[in-house]
Amino acid sequence: MDLREFLKKASLAHGVSGFEFMDIASLAKDAMEGLVDEIHVDVLGNVIGVKHGQGPQPRPKIMLAGHMDEIGLIVTKIEEGGFLRFAPVGGVDQRVLPAHEVIVYGKRPLTAVIGVKPPHLTSPEEAKNAHKMKDLFIDTGLPEEEVRNLVRVGDVVTFKRQVSELMGDRLSGKALDDRAGVAVILACLDELRKYKVDADVYAVATSQEEVSLGGAVVSAYGIQPDIGIAIDVCHGETPGVPEWRTSSVGKGPALAQGANIHPKVFAALEKAAKETGVNVQKEIAPAATGTDAWAMQVTRAGVATGLVSIPLRYMHTSVETLSMSDIEGAGRLLARFIASCDAGFVKELKTWI
Amino acid sequence: MKDLIKRLTEAFGPSGSEGPVREVIRKEVEPYVDEIRVDAMGNLICLKKGSGGGKKVILDAHMDEIGVIVTHIDDNGFLRFANIGGVSPMVALGQRVYFENGTFGVIGCEKLDDIKDLRLEKLYMDIGATSREEASKKVKVGDMAAFFQPAIDMGNRIVAKAMDDRIGCVVVIEALKRIKQSEHDIYAVFATQEEVGLRGARVAAYGINPDVGIAFDVTGTGDTPKAHTMEVSLGKGAAIKVKDSSLICHPGLRDYLVKLAEEKGIPYQMEVLQRGGTDSGAIQLTRAGVPAGVISIPSRYIHSPCEMVDLGDVEACVNLCVAACESPLDF
Amino acid sequence: MDLRTLTTLSGVSGNEYEVRSAIIEQLQSMGISYECDVMGNVIAKKGSRGPKVLLDAHMDEVGLVITHIEKNGFLRFARVGGIDPRVLVSKRVLVGKEKLPGVIGAKAIHLQERDERSRVIPIDQLFIDIGAESLEQAKSKVQPGDYVAFDTEYEELAPGIIKAKALDDRVGCALLFEVLKQDWQDIQLYAVFAVQEEIGLRGAKVAAFAVEPDMGIALEGTVCADIPGTDKEFQATRLGKGAAISIMDRGSIPNRAMLDQLVKIAENEAIPYQFREATSGGNDAGAIQQAKAGCPVASVSVPCRCIHTPCSIMSMSDFDAARKLVIKFLESVEGGFRP
Repeated sequence: MDLREFLKKASLAHGVSGFEFMDIASLAKDAMEGLVDEIHVDVLGNVIGVKHGQGPQPRPKIMLAGHMDEIGLIVTKIEEGGFLRFAPVGGVDQRVLPAHEVIVYGKRPLTAVIGVKPPHLTSPEEAKNAHKMKDLFIDTGLPEEEVRNLVRVGDVVTFKRQVSELMGDRLSGKALDDRAGVAVILACLDELRKYKVDADVYAVATSQEEVSLGGAVVSAYGIQPDIGIAIDVCHGETPGVPEWRTSSVGKGPALAQGANIHPKVFAALEKAAKETGVNVQKEIAPAATGTDAWAMQVTRAGVATGLVSIPLRYMHTSVETLSMSDIEGAGRLLARFIASCDAGFVKELKTWI
Repeated sequence: MKDLIKRLTEAFGPSGSEGPVREVIRKEVEPYVDEIRVDAMGNLICLKKGSGGGKKVILDAHMDEIGVIVTHIDDNGFLRFANIGGVSPMVALGQRVYFENGTFGVIGCEKLDDIKDLRLEKLYMDIGATSREEASKKVKVGDMAAFFQPAIDMGNRIVAKAMDDRIGCVVVIEALKRIKQSEHDIYAVFATQEEVGLRGARVAAYGINPDVGIAFDVTGTGDTPKAHTMEVSLGKGAAIKVKDSSLICHPGLRDYLVKLAEEKGIPYQMEVLQRGGTDSGAIQLTRAGVPAGVISIPSRYIHSPCEMVDLGDVEACVNLCVAACESPLDF
Repeated sequence: MDLRTLTTLSGVSGNEYEVRSAIIEQLQSMGISYECDVMGNVIAKKGSRGPKVLLDAHMDEVGLVITHIEKNGFLRFARVGGIDPRVLVSKRVLVGKEKLPGVIGAKAIHLQERDERSRVIPIDQLFIDIGAESLEQAKSKVQPGDYVAFDTEYEELAPGIIKAKALDDRVGCALLFEVLKQDWQDIQLYAVFAVQEEIGLRGAKVAAFAVEPDMGIALEGTVCADIPGTDKEFQATRLGKGAAISIMDRGSIPNRAMLDQLVKIAENEAIPYQFREATSGGNDAGAIQQAKAGCPVASVSVPCRCIHTPCSIMSMSDFDAARKLVIKFLESVEGGFRP
């Protein structure tokens, strides 16, 4: 399993929330082939791979969730001249948009640019404020008639961005939030071959995390897991941000702790990290984690949740940057954790004193 | 249909007090459905059985409207209130409102030095009482009031309060009347409490456990002077939703509706609504997930007492709804 | 279980251990059967026939969690639940499982610039001092992720007027025990001591899914602003004026029949009551109402001044009114009342 190659492909694949089926879902599905016993895609487009365990029935059910959707844009109006107005899908920082190359997924993919007024024509007053998204537009360079023929309101748009291979093992590109999580799941499934596993593992590349956690909501309901682990990204250290709000890139995955996390799942993840020699960092989440774990925890009569995060810089830009070693480490510790889960552990999750 | 629109929009039904609307709809649909029940949240659920072999389909429209709820009665008989759903103080100021028991009120404002200070907390309601005792005979804390406005027939366009979403109810009712043959079990859900968080539809959908859900609700337009950037225009047909803040519609169902509209020559337009959501957002996330879509009725001046729709659009929505119910829905 | 005991326990959302253990011990001593779920809710049951009534009170309280230890041993923290940062300065706290005493300090007034005095101290400039002299010394006692609760003594300020922390919602827990003291024949009473209300009604959501009740009532400590500077119309509730019945909040609109029944009972039995004259805020009723195919809900609360601060104030007479009102309501359900 060449994780690096997968992640590079996954970064380029498109899959704006709600539109994962257009590209990234099939990539995730293909990558899971051979690593799981069966794969299906549910109503919301979640790709669910099942790897059966060998324990006695009823076997523990463990769900791994890494979201495959990415933030993006959606066309709201075609203006005179063929310029496209757009709205964000998910949390798009309007300051990254000016002069960004994008791809508009019309009848065929169109390379385009988000246009801005030239500095020569901008007053110093205007230049003080960031461009507002509602004033920006997409320029496909095509004549209006052709635009109207190719593009329709509701078509989605992604950043156009090649992957940069930075020094050491660092990668930079778009949508690593949270294709990195999908990569971790693949690494974990691969690693699981080394273990005898009791539990049934449900590997889920979830949809719509960036807009509603909707993919996790419905897939967790359908799977009805005993334990749900979300694999997502957390903020890597960044100049100007206090160190206690970030984790270090390249120093291992972060394990979240807080109300969203079952304390016994946290302890077991920590133990697995120690046993596999994977260095981990701690991420304190006072309340909402804003990840699939938040949705999974309150599914049905409750799910014991954990959260493993890959430190990543510049979240929600097209140059998200991470270290491959953190992904590999996360895969290793997760596999160990899964191998340690038996029926007794599941029973203990309801014991509070 | 105009008569039904008038009766429904003039009925009383802020979120949580949908009783009067429910009764109008119940009488209207009774001859056209096989079963009717009301669930724990007050949703009116009407089943029109299919010929068999089809799907369980929810057609949802919400009965409730925005309004106000009395929070305090002062010594002089003035009432303070809070909003039920999205009530703007700009819109509420100067309105006439009424309670379910027929009591009327008008909305006044404290003295303001600057119009920028206008907030709901600065407004009060005057029901013509001179003391707390007199007011308390007519109204209690916790009672709800709705805008009072008769519907206006402008010809091809109609203006009324509560068009959001009685017009959706009208579309579903009309469709129930016109569906000739359907293999599907059609569950018409006239939902409660949409304006306060899609609460009725959420539990109704759980109870029904459908295969498909389509909501019928109003959407904004971008065709008025200096409007929000939006492609939808009044009079250009049924709006097939792609996305709003509550959901991204099921792409298969969305494209299926587009294809159906094109085949049947039903005027339609694509819709992306930047702010606002609807019941399909809740239906989609029911249980292990439900393919959900929305057919929107373009409307101007939403959440005011003057919500305007175009009858041609309404007709297009009805036709698309009927076409969908009579089709195999095999997207 | 009395309020003094209940409010002395620490139970910040996600860290309800101490409260839960005490509650379980009390349930065991009363011989009441209960279960814990995977989120840590305690669900006690009484009665085996009749409609399922879910009575909810949440165990958790607002508080803080340690996020980072500074080189010089000061502790950085984040808030858990809705706390106004302006109430935090110059307060005593208890840190971690061992309840290490700490204080939240601030730069002395002498050292401040003139215009600083009118500014809110942002949360990331606040810290907890446990007396540690170094990072190492602090680390030997505290870890990031440790929870922090306010350190407030339970006291009776005046006859029947109580001051304590975490009255929201230990007062509800105390009410639940009052209800559990009684034998219930014709209802199935599910008393849910819920976790994680303050961060999004999360415990009640899964408990209600499991119980699938026919009706639900949230018992709460609620906002009360009968204080100088707040006009009567914005006070929400008044201390000592009786049990507060909700008319609507962000999470739910109560079932009209249940609300009317509560009012009717209060009037017939001469139980002091008031409406909660506000629609802001929310409580577990919102989550209970939306579980599965839905159920009718209502909320009965005890007014608490200075809610979500280290020291809130309530009246025992309101507590008694709420107790009577809820018990009489449940008796009416036994007598055949249905929403």
